[in-house]
Amino acid sequence: MSKYYLNYLDELESEAIYILREVWAQFQNPVILFSGGKDSILVTHLAKKAFYPSKIPFPLMHVDTGHNFPETIQFRDDIIEELGASLIVGSVQESIDEGRVAEEKGKNATRNALQITTLLDAIESNKIDCAIGGGRRDEEKARAKERFFSHRDDFGQWDPKNQRPELWNLFNGKHFEGEHFRAFPISNWTEMDVWNYIKRENIAIPSLYFAHEREVVWRSNSWIPNSEFLKLEPGEEVVTKKVRFRTLGDITITGGIESDADTLEKIANEVSGMRQTERGNRTDDKRSESAMEDRKRQGYF
Amino acid sequence: MLDTNQLLRFTTAGSVDDGKSTLIGRLLYDSKSIFEDQLEAIENTSKKKGHEGVDLALFTDGLRDEREQGITIDVAYRYFTTPKRKFIIADTPGHIQYTRNMVTGASTANAALILIDARHGVIEQTKRHSFIASLLQIPHIIVCVNKMDLVDFSQEIYSNIITEFEKFSSKLMVKDIRFIPMSALEGDNVVNRSKSMDWYDGAPLLHTLETLHISSDINKVDARFAVQTVLRPQGDTFRDYRGYAGRVNSGIYRPGDEVTVLPSGFTSIIKTIDTLEGTIEEAYAPMSVSITLEDDIDISRGDMIVKSNNKPEPSQDLDIMLCWLNDKPARDRAKYTIKHTTNEQKAMIKEIVYKVDVNTYGRNSEDKSLIMNDIARVKVRTTKPLMAESYRKNRSTGSVILVDDNTNETVAAGMII
Repeated sequence: MSKYYLNYLDELESEAIYILREVWAQFQNPVILFSGGKDSILVTHLAKKAFYPSKIPFPLMHVDTGHNFPETIQFRDDIIEELGASLIVGSVQESIDEGRVAEEKGKNATRNALQITTLLDAIESNKIDCAIGGGRRDEEKARAKERFFSHRDDFGQWDPKNQRPELWNLFNGKHFEGEHFRAFPISNWTEMDVWNYIKRENIAIPSLYFAHEREVVWRSNSWIPNSEFLKLEPGEEVVTKKVRFRTLGDITITGGIESDADTLEKIANEVSGMRQTERGNRTDDKRSESAMEDRKRQGYF
Repeated sequence: MLDTNQLLRFTTAGSVDDGKSTLIGRLLYDSKSIFEDQLEAIENTSKKKGHEGVDLALFTDGLRDEREQGITIDVAYRYFTTPKRKFIIADTPGHIQYTRNMVTGASTANAALILIDARHGVIEQTKRHSFIASLLQIPHIIVCVNKMDLVDFSQEIYSNIITEFEKFSSKLMVKDIRFIPMSALEGDNVVNRSKSMDWYDGAPLLHTLETLHISSDINKVDARFAVQTVLRPQGDTFRDYRGYAGRVNSGIYRPGDEVTVLPSGFTSIIKTIDTLEGTIEEAYAPMSVSITLEDDIDISRGDMIVKSNNKPEPSQDLDIMLCWLNDKPARDRAKYTIKHTTNEQKAMIKEIVYKVDVNTYGRNSEDKSLIMNDIARVKVRTTKPLMAESYRKNRSTGSVILVDDNTNETVAAGMII
């Protein structure tokens, strides 16, 4: 076999770098949407590669629900300092205080859907014309239809039936004032690819991904972390378990799994044997069959 | 997976009832790429709909409208991995806007699966799908003769279908065509070898996909590097650094190579090829790198760095096979933005030479309209020369898209002749 071919991880990496450079070349004011989760950390790592020896030429933006894992915020601040990048924070608490959104009520109330308003407000007030996200097509059926360059109208909405065709490597980021784009450089990566790559590159990720002792409550088939925001239901009990998280969202909705995987090697092995999707532990996706699609149409990540 | 494993992208083409969704579901299911919570959801839906067992086709169901109407909108991407390869499926619907969607899915594919219902044999859509696969120069075509269980696994029927197919495929330009008899529903010859078709001595589909030779599909001869952006770091460490960032379109570059920058024509020598990991000795397609040159030349996005002994001919007049993708028809002599590699110019469609009937392969030079899903040979004039090459020779520098400046939409895809 000829030696002039790339393996699958190198090809995915090269594709993502190409997309990131296209974003920089085609837009005036792009940002990376940074949640502190592994996918946005991966995108940030790839951006470092795309522009080396220059610094990442655009800011990171965090939509802060106020319901964070403390570890995530610490990690975010560390990475900003290391990169010498600037940070934009959109605060859901501020959106609530300003009366732009109202807290959900009821047993399973979360701030997940409230982020949409905060995100779109932050995009508008900072005149952002492209928000780069870590969304992957393997995550969810609505995301399977996403483009690399995904158009949003001036209300921030996604129209899946009316997307621009995307051919070869010719990306069309043209837009009118007030509209913006979402760009997804790691569209073609699966959860397994992400872990294999993080392991290969030895990328730093928050300690939450590694198995650790934690106070948790059994709810909706997963271990929800105890926090100041958690209201115990009758019959629920706080226990200490060795857990880790497969995805990181709000502390109120992100369920952990029992695990002993405390190294990247062990995590990759564990993930390769997983029989549940990673979003299976996210209560935000369990609300209905089209929970993700509905949020995406409105402007969600 | 081994770190030498490759990525293979394939597209699937079929009409509504030939079992395409079932085939994809079967590939995912038998290769153990389906998670328990996904399987559970499908089992519930199958029960609700009153199906016996698990309806594998439901794995590819996407958006709410699609589930409600039982159709597929647009291209959906699916992923699965075996110990030998990672696969990306561009799943395109067979019915509505088939040309637009299939062209989109085919543009990046290494291989195309074309489904034929064994009961019906070669039909109009088979010819259409084969034509598009050939037009987009997909290097490998695998004809899946499906539903063999419904024709008693008859070798004769299978052989007749191959004969029928080869009657018209000889007119197409495809390098590698293979045939596999299968039953996606029963799982025959998809992942596992069929027990009901001893007469077939070829490999099942998955094994075929795992072993297709794809390394030589990229052009290694003509070195082309379209500049995406120029890297000029701030600070003392890299004071005079000027790196040309891009992804190698084709060919191989090494430090010391004599290169010419187009369109300016200035020549220089490659000083270094850089990545975050350090300087490398060789860059080839599709690697993303940063190139520095010995001389300080004015280079910007859209310029192309090529080897001085092998240069493309710049041209303002292009012959293109154009596929119209937008519901607004082409306007007579209207100007569009043409995107070619990282370059962008204005272009005018000067003449529609002929339209192609994708079902009969006939040419029509009377009809001068160009509407959604039409494929036509056109003459295009650009405001400045493009470093254009024949698509057949180089997919990466032979492809263009047209953008309508009034709507900013991508309205056409073109392959340079």
